[in-house]
Amino acid sequence: MVDRRLTRLLAHEMASGLRAGDFSARELVDAHLGLALATDRPLHAWLFLDDEAARAAADRADARLAEARRAGAGALNALPALLGVPLGLKDLVVTRGQASTAGSRILEGFVGPFDATIAARIREAGGIVVGKTNMDEFAMGSSTEHSAWGPTANPWDLGRVPGGSSGGSAAAVAAYHVPLAIGTDTGGSIRQPAALCGVAGMKPTYGRVSRYGIIAFASSLDQVGPFARDVRDLATLLQVVAGRDDNDSTSSPLPVPDYAALLPEGDDEAAALLRGMRLGLPREYFAAGLEPGVEARVREAAAALESAGAEIVDVSLPHTDYGLATYYLIAPAEASANLARYDGIRFGHSMRDGDVLANYLATRGTGFGPEVKRRIVLGTYALSAGYYDAYYVKAQKARTLIKADFDAAFERVDALIAPTSPTVAFPLGARMHDPVAMYLSDVCTLPVNVAGLPGLSVPCGLSDGLPVGLQVIGRAWEEARVLQIGRAYEAISADAGWRRLEPSDLPALENPSTPAPGVAAGSAA
Amino acid sequence: MATLSRTDLEHVAFLARLALTSEELGLLEGQLNHILEQYRVLSELDTGSIPPTAQVIEVENILRDDVARPSLTPDEALAGAPERQDDYFVVPVVVEGAD
Repeated sequence: MVDRRLTRLLAHEMASGLRAGDFSARELVDAHLGLALATDRPLHAWLFLDDEAARAAADRADARLAEARRAGAGALNALPALLGVPLGLKDLVVTRGQASTAGSRILEGFVGPFDATIAARIREAGGIVVGKTNMDEFAMGSSTEHSAWGPTANPWDLGRVPGGSSGGSAAAVAAYHVPLAIGTDTGGSIRQPAALCGVAGMKPTYGRVSRYGIIAFASSLDQVGPFARDVRDLATLLQVVAGRDDNDSTSSPLPVPDYAALLPEGDDEAAALLRGMRLGLPREYFAAGLEPGVEARVREAAAALESAGAEIVDVSLPHTDYGLATYYLIAPAEASANLARYDGIRFGHSMRDGDVLANYLATRGTGFGPEVKRRIVLGTYALSAGYYDAYYVKAQKARTLIKADFDAAFERVDALIAPTSPTVAFPLGARMHDPVAMYLSDVCTLPVNVAGLPGLSVPCGLSDGLPVGLQVIGRAWEEARVLQIGRAYEAISADAGWRRLEPSDLPALENPSTPAPGVAAGSAA
Repeated sequence: MATLSRTDLEHVAFLARLALTSEELGLLEGQLNHILEQYRVLSELDTGSIPPTAQVIEVENILRDDVARPSLTPDEALAGAPERQDDYFVVPVVVEGAD
């Protein structure tokens, strides 16, 4: 049995172990790559692993560590936060000289000509990118089954989905392949897979993180964010990527707070943050379609927050029921415009079928998968003559009302708490033939994107042996407060038995005869 | 709100430059009409006096000086091209009679 102990550490434990000389960056990266290479076939969290580049980066990190160690404690403390720590990027983060397909056949063979701003910032902070993670094609989906390269499984039950669209990032963090990963969240694509895989994930405020070099889906909704196994690690990765970027005019010039300084290490100090805090429970998020086991865990979490000193207030977000329709008009409309760039002329998949028009039709008809085609057609329809006012403008007006609901609630409370997903992880295939059922997977997360707010999902227990996520929603730019609530919840639930459980199907991942996701278990028999 | 006929669907797919098979069109027709039914709920909202929201943050236009900055070289920009000639992407003839 290979030693897996290094992979069980949190990122901040890895950072201190590296500085103390307990292990090298090379040993750390080898342990993670070894686990990922040995166990990813039945999980399929990764679209590619660049082990050569990762090992070279680890050796460079070790050289920096050795130099700092010779220079003394001051130099060690001044090393960047992620030095030597392995992590994964969702396959829509463009990196120079590496493939990025956004889970789509239309980008097969595409090699990035430059680094996304967040990739450059991660490298400057010493982070070691080990590879790109699987995702629903162009981030359109809630299960990672819409990847052109096959689905990802959930480490808690390999017959179930990891959520999506950032399902590969969530599964990789849950399965200890990496302690940190980057995802994107347009309607729940970080928070929902974090909930389904039992890890922490955050969608920052729209505009907090640069999107330069991130393959676009819906530009008024997309936001980049971190996955981790605890809230302080989440904050560390957010700190590295957040802040104004001259290459993304939608990134905000507002200063980024020092998150680590605002998140206590000690549990008592963290729990004390809750005293005097007012948290709203939006009643519309506890409606039909919410699984009883999910509701029970979220209400227990609310009760625990209340016992620790928070005031829990019932609030109403009356336009919640219009969120799904609003989102599924705005997002496809923006996607239909963004995806017009895939023309088979400049990069990516290309089909020749006669004149320019025939080439476009053939390239796009064969390059995009079914969900992407569905959304492009929906968006094109919603923007077309005669329907623009009835659909697109109507949705933009509903967006105003949904945002106003949140503004009103935040006059009464400091943050909102709610379920992240109405259900636990569902079986592979269960929602693939019913697009509306798949869309409903994001009913608790997509209003947050419509309003542009920060949202966090942290694990809050199990239902039927599967993870449940607690969502914390904050005012725009108040990531720090949202993270503090998440950290406080971790502190008050630190002794819970479920916190000591590892994903149930990790042993199956170690078994070489376990089939790849989506391949029926007895089909070879 | 309207339902989508097969003819509408074919027209919209053409506008979106998507060649779809008849099997895809058949499947999409049912699925898209089911999705359009979900939109119907919006007609309950009285939005006569509500302004539309296109984006949610208060970022003003941010301008920079109009100076050249380092960028991709022609070789880097053309590296992914299915077909190139010298420093150009190759496309079929668009304007008849052009040489």
